[in-house]
Amino acid sequence: MQADAILRWLEATPVAQAIAEGESLFPWIECIHVLAITLVVGSIAIVDLRLIGFASRDHAVSRLTKDVLPCTWVAFAVAAVTGALLFMSKAATYGHNFFFLGKMILLLLAGTNMVLFHVLIGRDVERWGSTPHSTPLPAKIAGVCSLCLWVAVVAFGRWIGFTLHPTVGAAG
Amino acid sequence: MRTKALDQLCAWLEHTPMSQTIQTVDWIVPAVQTIHILAIAAVMASVLMINLRLVGLVGRDQQLNAFSGRFLPVIWWALPVLLVTGVIMIVGEPVRSLENPVFQLKMALVLSAIAITLGYQAPLKKNPVFWHVSGAHRIAAVVLALVSFMVWVSIVLAGRWIAYF
Repeated sequence: MQADAILRWLEATPVAQAIAEGESLFPWIECIHVLAITLVVGSIAIVDLRLIGFASRDHAVSRLTKDVLPCTWVAFAVAAVTGALLFMSKAATYGHNFFFLGKMILLLLAGTNMVLFHVLIGRDVERWGSTPHSTPLPAKIAGVCSLCLWVAVVAFGRWIGFTLHPTVGAAG
Repeated sequence: MRTKALDQLCAWLEHTPMSQTIQTVDWIVPAVQTIHILAIAAVMASVLMINLRLVGLVGRDQQLNAFSGRFLPVIWWALPVLLVTGVIMIVGEPVRSLENPVFQLKMALVLSAIAITLGYQAPLKKNPVFWHVSGAHRIAAVVLALVSFMVWVSIVLAGRWIAYF
């Protein structure tokens, strides 16, 4: 299969080999990955809880996102790069793991939810009134969806580590 | 650190029915770890926000104590969740946690983080602008922000390293 050939090729790249064979490279990258994810999920939750109307109610959504989302994006970039490195080191194993594939789909859904929010639901975010700022129903729904999706991303991510069936020669 | 008493505690813990259950039921450990990570995510984002406010990068429209008041409770509510989920993981694997030098380092860091958070919070209660009353206070605030963030980052890194030690 074409996809398998690509996965094998990824695993054979020098970077992937170095991570797979190095003694402490994988754990260090994984540490940074987890750290970045905590900041992504935690900061997104701040915005989601505001959208739902649960926290930071005395702050306009537009004001809050200006404070929070730059942190989210930096952390997300770090999580994506470290995640890609971890994936490469055992590409074939991850590529056939249910929870890894599920996590990627959940990330796509979270991304779609975010694009929908920015393009449609939050178009008039600057005009969502003054204190106490209430949010329209679609924004509340987007907040709930985002929160659930990111919780699921963390859960699926953690389950990957418990369900890896290493292919011959790959480290568990 | 490894003492005889610790060895005995681990041996006893390992054979409790609860430990046996945690070891044998597949979903318990990943589920508990997921909750643990979500709780630390809440802490990390809150710590980051408070520290960014301390150095003046975000939320300048709100006074320090009001801004902190939004995020400090999150830290204090997440800590018991972290404690309970952490204890479940310890009961499941007492030797690999309690006798693990990285785990012991992590616990020392957690105590430092709690002390730092209290040290930040306490003076604010008496004086809402405590950290901004003078140039020296502002410098202390920036140092506190940096140290606090580094300690919490180290806690997360140590947490992941426990599994590899």
